[in-house]
Amino acid sequence: MSPLSNPADARLRREFVTPEGLSLPLDLAGASDRLVAFVLDGLIIAATLLALLLLGSMLGVGGAPLVILAVFVLTHFYFTIFELRWQGRTPGKRAADLRVIDRHGGRLTVAAIFVRNVTREVEVVLPIVVMLSPGSLIQDAPPLVGLAAFTWLLVLGFFPLFNRDRLRIGDLIAGTIVVHAPRSVLLPDLSERPILAPRGASAPAAANATNAAGAAGGGASVAAGAAAARAAAYPFTAEQLDVYGIYELQVLEEVLRRDRPDRAAVLTLVASKVAKKIRWEGGVADPAAFLSAFYAAQRARLEQRLLMGQRKERKSS
Amino acid sequence: MSVGLLRSTRFRKERERHWRELARIVDKVERGGVSQLTSGEVARLPGLYRQTLSALSAARAISLDRNLLDFLGSLAARGFFAVYGTRHRFFESLVGFFGTHFPRAFRRHFPHFLVAVACLVLGAWIGWSVTDSDPERYFSMIDRSMAQGRTPSSSPDELRRFLYDTDEAHRGFLPAFASFLIANNARVGMLCFTFGIALGIPVVVLLAMNGMLLGAMTQIHVAKGLGVDWWAWVSPHGVTELSAICLCGAAGLALGQATLFPGELSRRDALLARGREAGTLVGGAIGMLVVAGLIEGIVRQTVHPIDARFAIAGGTALLWSAYFLLAGRRVAPAEAAP
Repeated sequence: MSPLSNPADARLRREFVTPEGLSLPLDLAGASDRLVAFVLDGLIIAATLLALLLLGSMLGVGGAPLVILAVFVLTHFYFTIFELRWQGRTPGKRAADLRVIDRHGGRLTVAAIFVRNVTREVEVVLPIVVMLSPGSLIQDAPPLVGLAAFTWLLVLGFFPLFNRDRLRIGDLIAGTIVVHAPRSVLLPDLSERPILAPRGASAPAAANATNAAGAAGGGASVAAGAAAARAAAYPFTAEQLDVYGIYELQVLEEVLRRDRPDRAAVLTLVASKVAKKIRWEGGVADPAAFLSAFYAAQRARLEQRLLMGQRKERKSS
Repeated sequence: MSVGLLRSTRFRKERERHWRELARIVDKVERGGVSQLTSGEVARLPGLYRQTLSALSAARAISLDRNLLDFLGSLAARGFFAVYGTRHRFFESLVGFFGTHFPRAFRRHFPHFLVAVACLVLGAWIGWSVTDSDPERYFSMIDRSMAQGRTPSSSPDELRRFLYDTDEAHRGFLPAFASFLIANNARVGMLCFTFGIALGIPVVVLLAMNGMLLGAMTQIHVAKGLGVDWWAWVSPHGVTELSAICLCGAAGLALGQATLFPGELSRRDALLARGREAGTLVGGAIGMLVVAGLIEGIVRQTVHPIDARFAIAGGTALLWSAYFLLAGRRVAPAEAAP
């Protein structure tokens, strides 16, 4: 998933109110994620079913009560059992970072899990069975019945796309919702990353600034010293920092964080574009240092304006 | 004084170790459940979760560090799931379910249950009278494979052989047949429930169709003077099985009611209000179907006297009535939803 906000994300974002009365932003699961999860679970069920039946026939107990019950439990309660045991997740949902939760932010109850999965019978299993053998529902069924079953499957399959909260029929009745909750790792703060002093004319200035900051702060951290050094090495003006907005800042964050083979080339390109856009006169000898400094200064500026209640989303074109 | 640091960076520095501690605990919960935690971790979890949640709203106001916001959002969500996840003490929730929630749901849906029974009886009457007037129509209601040779033209002896099955060869086969029946009936029950969303109409049809089978079968037996024997065969498991099917029908009708007459609520909220409790009925009914399957598997082979069969039927009827009337009356101190 891209860490950048895009329009689809905004439409799927919901603010939940937890029982403590605090707001928790959650992203609804998109259609593709849910399809992936469902197909994965379907494959697991099919594979287990096949293994079970093969094993049953190999041992000569194909029609044994245990086999019949196992098949029944597998086909009807696979989702229920996993969602109960794994806090609203199945193997497929786990792989796709999805999770079932209560729509109103409460505890996910057993009844809710049961109800949302009982309806799968009508939503998926029945139309597939009818499609494959229309005769099993109605004797001497005309071929039209298969087509009707297919339409049914399509309509119910696409049902989540036609409501705001991406609810399946089962979700609708059970009061549940499926959210996308990926794990996310906390990376170092870019604004305090120590930088190497840029080569060339400004090197002595940076060294001086570091010393000055160290002396003035007394007990100041190394990081603070580095930040001060960076600010001194790249003195951006307020006008230069007012060119870009939050969106560009976070794109820059992404560029700086991503470790890719052509990183040096990308940084050089971005640095030259930024320098041109903000009319930076000092030259860009070390693109990484320049961009880090610009990121820190830009973030400081935008965060300060945020505190004043001014949220600048994008660059003024 | 760390003058050179951003406000948001200082904010992060002050709290980061709490977040990392929460992340570690949540990781543990996700891997092995709450039971994996030490008592100290259990005690720390709610506080750390709340701290992280408020840190998230603060961070959204002062920080523009995308990675930090994503991390806090994801951690708060995972913390929320860990704190408010399902409790999966399987046995405990099973006792709570059958001891309290299921009989209560039944009492609240008694009118729906009566309507479902009426649909079944109506279907049975139709099945009876159609077969009575034209035996050939029997096959338009009952599949030949399902009839298993029990047709209007069967001789009384053929029918009797089926009712008092003593064939040793069938002994091993019956448990399989019973589990097939359990699975099949449970499927019909779940269908009944879900179809309720379509204004309840398919529920009525499904119940009536089941009734028609019963009515038609009854007619062919009564016509050969085996009426009493037939009921003695059906009722030991039938009392439980048909009640369960009617319960599923009642659940479907409740859903239908929510879609047809949502009252003050929106249709969506009405469905939600009905859905879970109606689902409780279906869950309980599946339990009843398992009981019915067991009774069927045992009684068919081992109990043949008509008196004994009726005694079992009466006994189950009495037990179920007592259960639905009396169970779960006491209000538990901490009333939790099922």
